[in-house]
This record gives sequence, structure tokens and C-alpha cells, in this order.
Amino acid sequence: MRFRLKEGGRIDRAQRLRFTFNGRSYEGYAGDTLASALIASGTHLTSRSFKYHRPRGILTAGAEEPSALVQLGEGARTEPNLRATQVELYDGLTAAGVNAWPSANCDLAAWTGRLAPLFPAGFYYKTFLWPASFWKSLYEPAIRRMAGLGRAPEAPDPDSYDKMNIHCDVLVVGGGPAGISAALAAGEAGARVMLVDDEATLGGALVGLRHRVDGVDGAAWAQAAAGRLAAMEEVRVLTRTTLFGYYDHNSLSAFERRTDHLGPGAPAGTSRQRLWNIKAGRVVLATGAHERPLVFADNDRPGILLASAAQRYLNQYAALPGERAVLFTNNDAAYEVAHDIVEAGGTVGAVVDCRPEPAAPLAPALKEAGVALHTGSAIAATHGTKRVRSVTVAKLDGDGGLSGEQYRIFCDSVLVSGGWNPAVHLFSQSAGKLTYEEARGIFLPGTATQALEVAGAANGSFGLAACLAEGAAIGARAAEAAGFGDGTPPPAPPVEAPEPGAITPYWLAPGLKPLGHGKAKHMVDHQDDVTAADIRLAAREGFRSVEHVKRYTTVGMGTDQGKTANVNGLAILADALGKTVPEVGFTTYRPPYTPVTFGALAGRDTGALMDPVRRTAMHVWHEAAGTVFEPVGQWHRPWWYPKRRDDKHAAVARECRAVREAAGILDASTLGKIDIKGPDATTLLDMVYTNAFSTLKVGRVRYGLMCGDDGMVFDDGTTARLGENHYLMTTTTGNAAHVLEWLEEWLQTEWPELKVYCTSVTEQWATVALAGPRARDVLAALAPEMALDAHSFPFMSVKEGVVAGVNARVFRISFTGELSFEINVPWSHGRRLWDALMEAGAEHGITPYGTEAMHVLRAERGFIIVGQETDGTTTPHDLGMDWIVSKKKADFLGKRAWNREDSRREDRKQLVGILTDDPKKVLPEGTQLVDKRGQPPIPMIGHVTSSYASPTLGRSIALALVKGGRARKGETIYAAPETGFLPCKITEPVFYDSEGAKRDG
Amino acid sequence: MLWIDCPWCGARPESEFRYGGEAHIARPDPATTDDAGWGDYLFMRSNPKGVHAERWMHREGCRRWFNALRDTVSNDVLTIYPMGTPRPDAPGDEAEGG
Amino acid sequence: MAEAPAPRSPLAGLADALAGARADGVTLTDRSARARFNLRIDPKDVEALTAAGAILGGSLPRTPNTAATTVNGKILLWLGPDEWLVTGPAEEGAQLDDTLRGRLDGRHHALTDVSAMYATLALSGPRAREVLMKGCRLDLHPRAFKPNTCVQTALAKANVILHQTDDTPSYEITVRNSFSVYLATWLLDAMAEYRQG
Repeated sequence: MRFRLKEGGRIDRAQRLRFTFNGRSYEGYAGDTLASALIASGTHLTSRSFKYHRPRGILTAGAEEPSALVQLGEGARTEPNLRATQVELYDGLTAAGVNAWPSANCDLAAWTGRLAPLFPAGFYYKTFLWPASFWKSLYEPAIRRMAGLGRAPEAPDPDSYDKMNIHCDVLVVGGGPAGISAALAAGEAGARVMLVDDEATLGGALVGLRHRVDGVDGAAWAQAAAGRLAAMEEVRVLTRTTLFGYYDHNSLSAFERRTDHLGPGAPAGTSRQRLWNIKAGRVVLATGAHERPLVFADNDRPGILLASAAQRYLNQYAALPGERAVLFTNNDAAYEVAHDIVEAGGTVGAVVDCRPEPAAPLAPALKEAGVALHTGSAIAATHGTKRVRSVTVAKLDGDGGLSGEQYRIFCDSVLVSGGWNPAVHLFSQSAGKLTYEEARGIFLPGTATQALEVAGAANGSFGLAACLAEGAAIGARAAEAAGFGDGTPPPAPPVEAPEPGAITPYWLAPGLKPLGHGKAKHMVDHQDDVTAADIRLAAREGFRSVEHVKRYTTVGMGTDQGKTANVNGLAILADALGKTVPEVGFTTYRPPYTPVTFGALAGRDTGALMDPVRRTAMHVWHEAAGTVFEPVGQWHRPWWYPKRRDDKHAAVARECRAVREAAGILDASTLGKIDIKGPDATTLLDMVYTNAFSTLKVGRVRYGLMCGDDGMVFDDGTTARLGENHYLMTTTTGNAAHVLEWLEEWLQTEWPELKVYCTSVTEQWATVALAGPRARDVLAALAPEMALDAHSFPFMSVKEGVVAGVNARVFRISFTGELSFEINVPWSHGRRLWDALMEAGAEHGITPYGTEAMHVLRAERGFIIVGQETDGTTTPHDLGMDWIVSKKKADFLGKRAWNREDSRREDRKQLVGILTDDPKKVLPEGTQLVDKRGQPPIPMIGHVTSSYASPTLGRSIALALVKGGRARKGETIYAAPETGFLPCKITEPVFYDSEGAKRDG
Repeated sequence: MLWIDCPWCGARPESEFRYGGEAHIARPDPATTDDAGWGDYLFMRSNPKGVHAERWMHREGCRRWFNALRDTVSNDVLTIYPMGTPRPDAPGDEAEGG
Repeated sequence: MAEAPAPRSPLAGLADALAGARADGVTLTDRSARARFNLRIDPKDVEALTAAGAILGGSLPRTPNTAATTVNGKILLWLGPDEWLVTGPAEEGAQLDDTLRGRLDGRHHALTDVSAMYATLALSGPRAREVLMKGCRLDLHPRAFKPNTCVQTALAKANVILHQTDDTPSYEITVRNSFSVYLATWLLDAMAEYRQG
């Protein structure tokens, strides 16, 4: 730790920590970041740049870091592209710079830098145009290997993540002086306050400065304030938490790193990271400002960093940036940095100020300390490879060019300050409008569109006293708006701090050769390797819109979103276009402010909890039986029940045979059930179904089709009349919620005069379909008091009674064509009913069957499945179901649409049966059908909607929608070319028991 | 995430609601409406930049439908009003063509 | 009517996990067994409201997002302007059904037995609010959500009726059966961080 001062700083010198970086061992202290520990050890080179593999070092000391990106950790926990400036040091930490192989120090790909002339702006668009097939096979893999950033871990993430939803009256973003005062003011007024800051401790800029507040060191004041906030019951302070997204209606999202700073010492059970969804009454943005770099020739060498960053490394971490620093500035504030370094015993070789006659208050003191002041000058070149070793300082002439007078100054660090950009990212995300202030060359928050105010440096108020006063005033106002306090801010504490001083915006320092000539690069975007010459080139090539230039050059498109690059890039573009900055405009900031892990975004919605699995009352039984489940919506339904390791085909065939020859049971609990009551219930049903329900007798059941007012089928099911004004409607499994909403929508919006109540009872009733010629025998054993003969309990009727000792509703309906009873018992007795049926049915060969067998059985019988035989463009007529469309009813949903010309076309796709000439061939569902063999393209005349090997018929069967198909029965058509033009015959869409002789057993 | 005032349950996140499209599309009399008119009823909707009268249903809560005026630019929900009542005036209520 | 055999909780498969569901500051219990009726009455029909209130031992709550406990020990949950969930001890279900039906006969209403349609989980303890905040978007702060607040909302990815029953705080979470195993698993997972040591 050569560059660590003997004393000072806000680190814990009692706790020495060991870590490894780029394969080398280092030491640091608790309180260090990876970046500060490296700087204290004299290491500035961290990684290689994205495109040219130029050696890169640490540029900043915070979230805006574009350059020092590292791959942290190894194995399943490795994480790419973290900013070394934000990685808190822990004992045993291992990290490496990104984009370098084998290491940043000896990068074999650095030769790309020498090929730089081949990589101009937009080189992706210009170079890799032809042939297209080379892109996937050659260009992309090569570019990905060479460029790109870190590596994603390949093993499953071993850590846990979660989310928290929270509401507050006042959300303060940023824990610097403005944010702290806002939180104190709002908290003291009694409002519910949240203060969110992305650093480990509160204080913001204060921790990197030697300013004093209320008679004490600024950082100590911040610490005391944190204590006061912690003591307020309704105030919640989140540190290590980045507010990364500002959405509509004051909804915001923050990303908290709960255990990352503990490394392997993280407690088990605590989520590693947490996503906070915050709903705030008012928001105070106190997000501070980012110092911006100056753009000059080869301004990206390791050892060149922001002046304020060097100041923070010095004051917070007691680390000097090097042996001898040179400062390059366009403003007064940077003189304070030089002053702090000299005070701390470091050496400043020179201050280079581009302004002809600066009047920085600290200049005389620096001169006295032996620091050379070069005014009206700029750095025209830097020298050194993996570390800056010297700079060429040149006098500027009156037009901004070089006058010819040059000096070479030796140094190992260059501290640059181009002024401060208010951190308006979140304000911009909130849809607030930005304004440009010419004098300081900054974008400021303009008109807000949400309930927010901006305080402190983020609002362009760079002085400490102003930050504190503004924060307090806005915090008090925000609390008052929420009904707390009278809006009077508490008195601001006295401060001892210099005023921010004067600045002259300065966008581009000339190099020794004209821009774009020679090897020197004026780096604008350190992360994406975008230079001033690239931006000028884009302007020359005709790009005018800032949005286009951004995408073409990639300026500001890195993981840092150009926090240090955008304003410089924009000003350089404006200059190249001969426009003002506001004329050129500004690109929109979007979430996230800094990258967020996928783990945090997923929270606990992973694995078994990713999406709810809806289970029936018999689910545990199915699981124990080794069932293969089929997802139907969120339900998991038994698909088939493998037995003695038989495959799907064998299992389904066995289940089908059992239903046709003996008895089978199906868990049908997932069907939607809606209880409909009221004097106008019949009227409602007559409107929503295509057939009439007014003629249905109590105790009887009717099948119905539901259509939209566009005439297209969207659901089907049976409805039982349980009383004069009482019905039970069933819906398909996937449409249960939709159908209830459909009824409610018409009742509430179009027919509010109807007196009807609809209540979902889907999960009140567990339902078992008992089907097969022996079904009556099985049921008789469980319902001895129920008359089950075909006369007493006819097809399409309902009975209430006791089954398996439980009150039940039994429907005689059939989806298989066989004698069938659908037995409903309260959900809490579903398992008992299932067990009783299995036991009572044992002697009859009862077999549980799944949805696949159900599909085969109903297809044999020619029953449709909505969503399979229909696709939202299918009418009842297309399905050949005219018999279910009432001719008498004056109006019902769908009726009007069938009079439209399109509905009467004779070449509409109609439901037909398809039999392949080869009975062994089972067409894949979805197979396209064509009229003749031949070379594609061939017009498609329809497609297969259902297709199975039918165990009952001993051959394949299929249902299909075919243009004008009903008139073409007996004709031969062909399955799509992929099947080798298999010949098929069009048939009736019923393959089994078309007379319905089996339904009574 | 929008926060929408359900007339019954109060402010709830957008994810609790179902969006019901443009409001005030009455079902015409099928007996007297020609094909073009029926097509308009089924398919044609306005898409203003500005204030839009639309329907919402509080699916995760009371399951009641209601109307709202929402500014499609700012996403501000300007007012909510019951089904079956006419569109109220809203501040700056002039849609800029679709 | 048959003498009903013992009902099986939809959470029966999780009985072991729920029995051990004690963490530092929060407990989770299966309270599924109870009588539940969905009751729809036109709020303008004052006579019907009065008749129902007389049977239930207290008025059906008219304030949205509230629940009321009656002198008869029934808990009445507001679900909508014309909709309530009436709950009581499981053994009182049949009688409640009969008497309510009798009093409301002839008036437009809907009384639907949904006793077996839901699971109810009781989440209680100083940490209970924080557990819910992990999956509920609503403001659960005591200034906004108090005992007898009752809302229908989403918890994690399930629709629930969330009823705060006391200041501990304790909550009853009523969820449709098919989602109950998912939701209970989710809650146990969300409680896990308090179950150290």
C-alpha cells in the first residue's frame, strides 16, 4: 500500500483485508473499495477497452465508472462487468479486469488497437455486410470473443433473491447533503420517509471532501444525521441500494445489495439482493452530480482520472493517485483538489487551465506551494503505455488552436475536471423535460411531469450551503403535501466550504495533429471506445439526429449509459453540425440507472415458485401414481398414467380400451363452474349461448356454444337447470375465468337491468368423470339410494344425492361417447370420492385415464375441443354445428355476424374428418393440407386440428378444417410436402358410434 | 406501473385490473344495423393522443367495471365514472385526432 | 342429507411443513376448515340487508375493504358493493345456509355455499407484515392497513382475500384451493430468512 497515507481517511486500519486482482495478491483495509485499494497499492491499470483493447484504468470513484470493469469471483458466483469503484472490499476477494486475455497487463489482443483505422464509427454496419451466412458462423463468434465484456456464470445461481413492496409519503433518492436534509426535514414532520443511497454510508460528496458542517467534519455530520434518521420510527434508510427505475405514477424500483459486501461471510438464509418496488407520494431527487472528463488526446491512459475522484480517494481512503499529479481543468473547483493533495503531502506538478485568465481563489496558495500554473493551455498529448508517464502541455491561441508553445511535464497521474453534470437520469426517466444552461454547459431538470422536486447538485446547486438549504426546503414541502407539518424547513446548519466558483465549458482540446489523424485518440466514451473523431465522422456522413448518432457510433450505449460521455459527445456533435447543444437535443435516459442482476429481477419467482401450479383435490394421488402431467393453463392435469413402464402410446391405448370396454375415471375438477341465479338468469343464457335455454326443464342439462359478437366460437360446455331461476354452467378448463368475466361484462356494461348473480364455484366442487359400459355398476355401489337406470336418470340430466357418503351432484353427460356420470362433491371430499371409486371399481377393471385418452376418445366420437378445432375465426357453422344455433331467438351474441358476407362464403374452412390411406400414419397436428402433389409453392386448403392413433378403430384418425370441406367428402387430398404428400380421404368428422347408441351403456 | 383508483377499492396497481378498451361503444340493434355498422361496432376504435375514455375492470378485487378518462401522453387518470353515465368533461379534454 | 365425513384440507399435503412453520417472529397455520358463503344482495334492497344482518348477528359491512365480526361469531368480509363472504365455524354451515336461505327467500339474492372452495392461512407475528410485503403491492403500513381491513388483491401470483385480524399483526389469507399449495409454499419460502438458528 505504497500510496496510502500514514493517517487519515475513513477506513478501518485495524482490519487488513487480503485480495487478489488479475492474479496478483494485494492488501487493503475495511472500508476500501476494490478501486481504492488498487490505487493505494499503485495499480491503475485494471482492464482493456471494449474495441481497441487499450489499457484502461480507474476513471471515477462511483456509479458512473465506465472503464474499470471487473469480473468478480469465480465459478457459479462469478459476476461480470462490476464497477471496481463500487465493489466493497472483503477478505479473500478475487477479481480480474474484463476483456483481456490472458490479463490486462499482457493482453494478446492489444494488436487490435493498431488496427484502429479499420474500426471507424459504425464499423459493424460497414464491414460485416456479406455474405449473410458469415455473420452467424464467423463474424459474430469472433467479435464476441474479441470484444464484449465479462463472462456470465454458467452454473445455476446458488444465491437467493427477493422483493419488497413498500409505500411512503416521501422518497428521497440520494444520501448526500441535500438528500439527508430533505429526509431529516420530512422525517421530523412525521411523514413516512424512505432515503435510498447506492453507497455503503450516507454522506454523498461530503465523504470525499474536507468541508465542515455544523462545526464538524462533513462525513461526521452525515454519520450523525444517519443516526438521527435511524431513530425516527417512520423513516427507513436503505444504503447499498440503487434507485434504478422511475416509472409512471411515482412507482420506482430500487436494487439493494444486502450481502455482497460480506463476501463468503454472508449469513445463510438472507437474500443476496433485494428489489424494492416503491410507491411514493412525493419524490425528492437528490442524486448529485457527476464530474465530467475533458476530452483531449489519449485521455484514457491508466493514471488519468477525474479530479474529484482523486480527491475522494485521498480524503475518504487516504490514497494518493500517484507520486506526481498534473491537473487539467476548465473551472475553479478543481483547484481545491490540488490544494488537498498538497496539504496531504502529495506532489502536484502543474495545474493546466484552459481559461486564459482564471481567478480561482486557491490559485495564489498553490503557487506559493510551488505548483506551476499553466493558464490558457491544454494537454495536447499524453505519453506512457500502461500508465501515463508525462504530458505535453501546449499554449492555446485565441481561436482554440495550439499556439506552438509546448512543455513536457512528467507525472504519473493526470487529474481532469471539465465541470459537473447534474445527475438528471432519474428525472429524465420520470418523463421530466431537461433544459440546457449555456453558462455552465449543463442539462438541468426543467418541467416535472410527476410529483417530484429536485434538490442540490442534481438541480445545479453545487454549493454545500445551497444543497443543505434546498434539501430541507423541499423535504419540508414534500411532507406538508402528504399532510405532515406546515412546510417550514428546519434551520440549515452552518457550513465551512468553498463556493463552487467559475467555469468555462470546454469540449475538445486540440491534439498535436488534426483530429482523426495520427494515432492519438480523443476518447469520449471510455466504455465503448468512441472517440471525438468517430462523432465527427458520423456528422460528416450525414447523421443529424442525436438518436441516430448515438446508435451509429454507440456513444452512451454501454452498461454505464454514457454517464461520463453523453454531454461531451453531444457538445462535440453540436459543434460538428454547427448547431447549439439544445438544437441537437438529448437522448432519453432509460432504466436501469446502473445494471441490475437477473436474480434480483426474478426475486423468488424461480424454480417451483416461478408460476403457480394449480392442483386439484386428487393431485397428490396422481403424483403418487406416477402420472405424467400436462399443463393446461396453470393447472397440472394428469396426461396419462404409465404402468409397468409402458410408453405414452401404450398407456393411452390401455386407458382408452378401459373406457370403451369397462370403466375409467378422469379428474375433471378443472372444468370451470359458474353458479347463475336470478329471475333473469334464463334471459342471460339465451343471449350468451347460441341455442335456447328457456326450453330447458329443471333437472335437465344442455350443451351450449358461446360466441363473441363477431360470431366466432370462444367456449363450450354444459349447463344444468337446477331450479327455475338457478343454473350451473360449466366452461372449458382454460376459459373458466374468461367466461365468468364475459358474463359479468355484459351484465355490468350492456344489460345492467338483468337481475342475475354469477358466482364461480369451480373449486367448491371436485369432479370425477366416470365413463364406460360398467360405469353404472361402479356408481351403484357408491350410491345405493340413487336410481341410475336410463329411464330414471336419463342422458343430459342432473341428480343430487349421496355418493360415497358425501352430498353430491351427478350429471349424466358424456364427452367420450360412453355411458358416463360426472360426479361432483365438495372439494374437501374429492380425494375420498376418487379413492372410493377406485375401490368400488376394482372388480370392474376401473382405470384412471388422463387428458390424452380423453382427447382420443372424444375425437373418435367427433366432439370438438375449443381452442383446438377452433382458433377464434371459426363459427358454429364452420364446425357443422348448425343444429345448436337457434333459428327462433331474435337476438343473441354472434347471430348478427353470421349474416355478413364473409360468414356465408362457401370456401370457409369447415370441420371434416381425415383418414390417411395408410392407417398406420398419424399426421402431426397442425399439418397443412393441399389439393395435389407437386412442387411448392402449393396453395394450402386447410390444416389438421386433432390427430391420434385410435385404439378403438385400430387406425389413425384426424379432424381438420378444410376449405369447403363438407362438400368434398370422399375426395382425396394430401398432407403437406414434409410428410411426403401422404394421401388422405375427407370423411365425416365422427368415427365411432355416430348414432349415439353407447351413451346409455 | 399505473395506480388506478377503483371506485370501490381505492388506488390499486394496474396489474390488478383488466383493460376494457374504449368506453361508450354501445351494442347497436342487430336488426337495424348494416354490415358496415356492425363492423364498426366490433372493430373500429379511436386511438387519441390525449384524453381517452376507456373501460377498466378491477379483476383482482371487486370485479366491478368502471370508466376512466386517461391522458395517453402523461398516463394521468383524470377521472373515473360509473358505467352507463356519459363522458364527463376533463381539464384539457380535447383529443388530438387519432 | 348424509352425515358428512371429515373434510380434507387442500393443504393436507403440506401438513408437515406447516406444522414446523415457526420462524423468529412469524407463524403460519392452516385454518381452512370453516363454513363460507358467498352472498349477493342488491345494496338498495334494505329489507334484504336487514334480514341478513338479523340472522348473522351484525350488519353486512358497506365500507369497501373492511370486515366485520358479528355477535354470533360470524366474520363478514366485504368483497364488492353487492357481494360478501360470510364465514363461520364449519359445524354451523348447514344451519346458516338454511336460515339465511329461509329469510331471503323471495328476494333477489344469491347465497352460494363455497365452504370447500378456499384454503385459509393464518400468518401472525411481528414479522408477518414484512413477509406479506414481499409479495403484496398494497400499502400494509399500520397507518393504511389496520385490524378489520380486508382486501382482495394479489399475493405473489395468487389472488387472495387478505384480512388483518389484529395488531400483532395477524392476517387471514383466503385463497382458492388450487392455488393454496403454491401460496403456502411461497409463504414458507418468504419466512425462511427468519428461521435461522
